[in-house]
Amino acid sequence: MTTISFTPNLARYVEAPVARIEGATVQQVLEGYFRANPRVRGYVLDDQGAVRKNVVIFLNQEPIRDRTGLSDPVRKTDEILVVQALSGG
Amino acid sequence: MSDCVFVGTRKGLFRIERDGRGRWDIARTWFLGDPVSMLCAEPGGSRLHAALDLGHFGVKMQRSEDGGATWSEAPVPVFPTKPDNLVDRDPMRGVDVPWSTQLIWALEVGGANALWCGVIPGGLFQSSDGGDSWTLIRSLWDEPRRKKWMGGGYDFAGIHSILVDPRDPAHVTVGVSVGGVWTTRDAEAHWELIGSGLRNAYMPPEKAGDPLSQDVHRIVHCPAEPERVWMQHHNGIFRSDDGGVNWQELSDVRPSNFGFAVAVHPTDPDTAWFVPATKDEQRIPVDARLVVTRTRDGGRHFEVLRQGLPEGPAYDLVYRHALDVASDGERLAVGSTTGSVWVSEDQGDSWQTVSEHLPPVLCVRFAE
Repeated sequence: MTTISFTPNLARYVEAPVARIEGATVQQVLEGYFRANPRVRGYVLDDQGAVRKNVVIFLNQEPIRDRTGLSDPVRKTDEILVVQALSGG
Repeated sequence: MSDCVFVGTRKGLFRIERDGRGRWDIARTWFLGDPVSMLCAEPGGSRLHAALDLGHFGVKMQRSEDGGATWSEAPVPVFPTKPDNLVDRDPMRGVDVPWSTQLIWALEVGGANALWCGVIPGGLFQSSDGGDSWTLIRSLWDEPRRKKWMGGGYDFAGIHSILVDPRDPAHVTVGVSVGGVWTTRDAEAHWELIGSGLRNAYMPPEKAGDPLSQDVHRIVHCPAEPERVWMQHHNGIFRSDDGGVNWQELSDVRPSNFGFAVAVHPTDPDTAWFVPATKDEQRIPVDARLVVTRTRDGGRHFEVLRQGLPEGPAYDLVYRHALDVASDGERLAVGSTTGSVWVSEDQGDSWQTVSEHLPPVLCVRFAE
């Protein structure tokens, strides 16, 4: 199962524990995660299911390529990390 | 009469309260560090809705059932899935309009148990269950001319003013920046673009009177006489006596007819307040002197009110939702981009400084 974890900055707003989720793509892993943690969805994805503009999803230390369809394939040993992009003031 | 003002700022929500001696001060703070773009207190004051703009993590709604003692996250107005191959682009810049809530710009109570929400990029949402769920008003979103709305101060168009007729909740009017004034009189079955007499100076001359291209900064109606609507427009101040169908421009307004905010007396439709600024690239007080203007005669004359406002140079801008009048028509509150808040208890004749050190103020609202 793929390991998925989130920036600690998210903990201020919503609980997002580390989890190990089954899935063949980033989308499948995220959907599996949101089933158990539904409130997290809106913090990571926009209304159309794309990655929020200022959120970055890393797959094994590399940003995913498909930020709209989340189709990047994942393997059982992979690690997904969801972080916020630098911005703001 | 209200002794309580909520102030939404760039870095949190504040509650300002009046003590027994008439002194207004900060009583409570919430959501420190997070932008609070809009606040709505339902009648009675127990249920509050706060719209947070978290930047990285999107727009969020918080709701309190106990006047702010406790808050919990509530559902956000969400757009439906955008159909494949649908072309929906900002007409000026040609970029795709996101079918995703970017900013909650208006929250209003109106009609039986109805809550209304206006957002950027131009969606109007309604909730009939206190904010547990939201429905996009498709009749307006799918209106073909909606695709001609364009961004003004923000990248995309937005609904910042929602006027629900207290006599008839099936009559709803919204102000759009930039997209004019739209009204329905049949509970959102049909929408009409209104606004005869409005004038803009930023489009080609033959488009100056086009109702669709009017940059409405803010509209308010008089609750006791809702046909009287006041508008602060990008190009000036306008008054309507027929619910926004026809408008009269009030051009002789000193020190300026440019600004964002307007408030109208709840029972006297001839009394309204504005906060003028230098038109329109600078957007600072005229001659660096912050004032409020008031008419008591339907716009024939305007008074300049400054007692208690800063004596020295001031570079405050008052955003469109940062001027409010209480239901008694006596008390006013103003918040500015420098983090200043002033309250008046005499219709603006004199002002009390509440703070000069808040974060930039996005909205002020009396709780009744």
